[in-house]
Amino acid sequence: MDLNTVTEVISPAGPGAWRPGDAWLGGGTALFGEPRPDVRRLLDLTAAGWPALTFDDDGSVEIAATCTVAELNERLGKHDIVRHCCHAFLASFKIWNVATVGGNLCAALPAGPMISLSVALGGTLLLIGPDGTERRVPAAAFVTGEGTTVLRDGELLRSIHLPVAALTSRTAYRRGSLHRHGRSAALVIGRVDAEGIALTVTAATSRPYVLRFSGTSHDLEAALEAIPASEYVDDVHGRPVWRQHLTRHYAAQILAELS
Amino acid sequence: MIEINGTSHDRAPRPGQCLRTYLRDEGCFGVKKGCDAGDCGACTVHVDGKPVHSCVYPAFRAEGRSVTTIEGLGSPDALHPMQQSFLDAQGFQCGFCTAGMIMTSAALSAEQREDLPRALKGNLCRCTGYRSIEDAICGRSIESCAGSKNAVGSSLGAPAGPQVVTGTARYTFDLDVPGVLHLKALRSPHAHARIVSVDTSAALAVPGVEAVLTHKDSPDRLFSTGQHEREAEDPYDTRVLDEVVRFIGQRVAAVVATSEAAAEEGCRLLRVTYEVLPAVIDPELASAPGAPVIHADKGVDEGICRAENNVIGELHAGIGDVEAGFAAADVVYEETFRTARVQHASLETHGAVGWLDDDGRLVLRSSTQTPFLTRRALARLYDLPTDRVRVIAGRVGGGFGGKQEMLVEDLVALAVLRTGRPVKWEFTRSEQFTGATTRHPFVVTVKAGATTDGTLTALTLNVLNNTGAYGNHGPSVMFHGCHETVAVYQCSNIRTDAVTVYTNTVPAGAFRGYGLGQVTFAVEQVLDEVARRIGIDPVTFRELNVVRDGDDLTAPGEHVEDLGIASYGLDQCLDHIRSSTAGDGGEAAPEGWLVGEGMAIAMIAAGPPGGHFADATIKPLGDGRYELSVGTAEFGNGSTTVFAQIVADELSTSPDKVVIRQSDTDVVGHDTGAFASTGVVVAGRAVLRAARALRAGAAVGTGHFDGTPRSVAFNAQWFRVAVDPDTGDLRILRSIHSADAGTVMNPAQLRGQIEGGVAQAIGATLSEHVDINASGEVTTTVFRQYHLPTFADIPRTEVHFADTVDAIGPLGAKSMSESPFNPVAPALANAIRDAIGVRMTDLPFTADKIWLAMQG
Repeated sequence: MDLNTVTEVISPAGPGAWRPGDAWLGGGTALFGEPRPDVRRLLDLTAAGWPALTFDDDGSVEIAATCTVAELNERLGKHDIVRHCCHAFLASFKIWNVATVGGNLCAALPAGPMISLSVALGGTLLLIGPDGTERRVPAAAFVTGEGTTVLRDGELLRSIHLPVAALTSRTAYRRGSLHRHGRSAALVIGRVDAEGIALTVTAATSRPYVLRFSGTSHDLEAALEAIPASEYVDDVHGRPVWRQHLTRHYAAQILAELS
Repeated sequence: MIEINGTSHDRAPRPGQCLRTYLRDEGCFGVKKGCDAGDCGACTVHVDGKPVHSCVYPAFRAEGRSVTTIEGLGSPDALHPMQQSFLDAQGFQCGFCTAGMIMTSAALSAEQREDLPRALKGNLCRCTGYRSIEDAICGRSIESCAGSKNAVGSSLGAPAGPQVVTGTARYTFDLDVPGVLHLKALRSPHAHARIVSVDTSAALAVPGVEAVLTHKDSPDRLFSTGQHEREAEDPYDTRVLDEVVRFIGQRVAAVVATSEAAAEEGCRLLRVTYEVLPAVIDPELASAPGAPVIHADKGVDEGICRAENNVIGELHAGIGDVEAGFAAADVVYEETFRTARVQHASLETHGAVGWLDDDGRLVLRSSTQTPFLTRRALARLYDLPTDRVRVIAGRVGGGFGGKQEMLVEDLVALAVLRTGRPVKWEFTRSEQFTGATTRHPFVVTVKAGATTDGTLTALTLNVLNNTGAYGNHGPSVMFHGCHETVAVYQCSNIRTDAVTVYTNTVPAGAFRGYGLGQVTFAVEQVLDEVARRIGIDPVTFRELNVVRDGDDLTAPGEHVEDLGIASYGLDQCLDHIRSSTAGDGGEAAPEGWLVGEGMAIAMIAAGPPGGHFADATIKPLGDGRYELSVGTAEFGNGSTTVFAQIVADELSTSPDKVVIRQSDTDVVGHDTGAFASTGVVVAGRAVLRAARALRAGAAVGTGHFDGTPRSVAFNAQWFRVAVDPDTGDLRILRSIHSADAGTVMNPAQLRGQIEGGVAQAIGATLSEHVDINASGEVTTTVFRQYHLPTFADIPRTEVHFADTVDAIGPLGAKSMSESPFNPVAPALANAIRDAIGVRMTDLPFTADKIWLAMQG
């Protein structure tokens, strides 16, 4: 929709450009999807020319925040978990052509599938402050609640680093929704690593939860107690008690599949 | 520079402008504004060859790029293959989603075509139920009607088809109005409040703001937004702008400005002081002692039955002796059911643009189902002779009853009369949820008794209808809901107690089915349960108890005497259900899922009681062509197609020789409107008479029909479903619908209308609910929070027609558009009951609720 209060577009924009009333602009699909009466300037990141994907020598990948979902799927979709997470978008492939990986993370919705992917693969996020200061935070710690992140005023998300070991590890994926191809109500991913299984719970909860299982006997009930009942999302996309049930149900399936 | 369809456009977009608005400003009216939030896909265009939703694409980013819109894909003279496919398959009804649907489909890869449910999740169609869209994409054409002797009975395509598929059909706002001002409304944050003062000074100081309208500018006159031929149907309880606001979202003031931006800024700067009043949100508390009285200043004179109890209308009546009936029963079952608020979700929102013509006459171009009634209402509000008001509807982007309502024209007219300049007001998608109308939410308790031989002995209905803050359609929906739902059964003992109450919530209004669906939901489930307990299959139980040819139609209360069975096909509908469901067919259930079957029936009157009028005229144009003028609007209902078919046969010509002018108060004397399923049976009959008059020798053929007497149409729906016991996921394995519409005027259209009705009802049954919180605020205000059925959600429905010819309807035809909706929810509920052993009573049945029901 038209953002009629916007009076200026800064393109390209970089760290330091931000002031109150500004909004970082990725693809725009989220920003232009709701009224934003407080936004005065758009700081366009997609024009900065960040390479969408940069591969380390070992095969680990640095995904620019401005990488579109379409490009991610095209180039990394050979990894099942990447492809599944792209398809977990409620939005269609047409939105993928524009929407960015970073934008999905920063929107911080429980059902944001790029959050699920980044957390499940043990990703690390590079943030840049207004004065150029860089810091790295684990993807698992980036989203703090529904619509909230650790980003400070004027700070931007530059990239997401996914280690090669995680990209190529065994994973299992389950997703539940009220509707076929609808918005995720529970999205659970299991990944096998050297220490056992990392189980990432998203969509069902207000922020991501990572549960660790080592050895061969998995006490799922005890592990799930780490998620308080009040953390299960209560909105039109599913009742909390059902999301809690789906989480347990899918987690059990995943543990069985990966064990 | 932005290249659009091969042409350079040098005008720079505004900084925060989305590409959709830019393209429309540049004249590409085929790019539609549906949801304005990236959900519906009606605005799909290609940027450098890639499909995007232009409503969430920053316009500045298109600089230096090449944009293709529907207008650039192909033209009426040189259709793109996908446009041709949509035309050949008639893959549209109202057509508002079609440009986006075609732009998306034309961009699909071979792999995506293999998985259309996924590929089309970003394209919503409210009309078709997607089957015809799938046919279009897969290159399947409707069965050719070439060589058929008559136009009537053929599957003629819609006359506007070539325009629809090329983006050149003109909807409400698809025209350039030089100098148009933009209107935006400030809406109430309180469920009930008195406006103490409105400080307009800051708003008026905004550059571009031309006027601010408050309740002090409003005519001192009451009206109803609901439109009926007989005005007494609706209570007069509404003002253009009222000093008292009665729901969150009611308009408080309007700002008129040279740009939307200025109008919005003006609204933000209005300073309103409210005296907050106590409110009642829960309909079950609306009549409780001490409840706030919502229309204390009005009463019987305004059409409100008991204003002091918030009761607008009520029905307390019976036939026979229900106590004796229940005493004679072997099985008695009673249950209470609740239906949700549902939004029409027509992809074109409400809106109108108005101006004064060269003669100083007030002209409104509006997205309406009732141009003539709206003209009457405007003339009355502003003390204008009827001939000083003209109302026009372009092609309307979906109605479903929502546009049998005057929700914008009154305020646009006030702004035009005040400023003397053209003014437009287009609802946002969120305003559709917070400031338009919904389906009436009902609470219905039904008790039924039967003997072991399957005879229905008694039936009671207890109905609570929540009409919201204003009573438009409230009593009529209640009366209608309590009529055909029970009149379809022969039962000697029936008692009905129904009330329609005000609450401080967004008003409900006319919605496809008009009360029948809500009450049918309860009646058909209770009868299913009674049959189950007796041990009789549900089809046989219906056969034992339904009305038959020659029977009177009776229900408690006083009813207009002009309704009867002028053709009877319910027996055939039930036969179709029995024979079609006997064999195999449909999808197999996933392993471990619970499977169930269920059915329900519905009856609907062909038109409303109390008169529904239509005029038609036809004259020769020379060269073998004829000009037909009718009042009825076209919003995908297909009436226009049928008019062309009727005229072609009567005048022994072909439909393409018939030029149709319609939905303009200047073209005929009167037309009550395109609602109550009257397009064919009322307007169609006027057309038939006009054509016959011309054939009989008149220079100009004129035809009129007053909508009486009326026949009834019948429908039956059957589902087989599977439920995942682990998650509550529901899958429809097979869907069968049979309909008695009398003579089938256009099989493809009728099938499409039935499929669309079934699909819309599946939405209301399995996903849709407008939520209102404890303070009365609507909390579901975008499509991301209000799940419309997508391609993936709708099964293919097998459609069967009864073979009947009606004694009243034109050429033997009967109504259909609303009625396929009505049996769907109870049929699904009955199938779920069969599968999981639990009777679900509250709509909608989402997976979480089904799972919870299974937990006991």
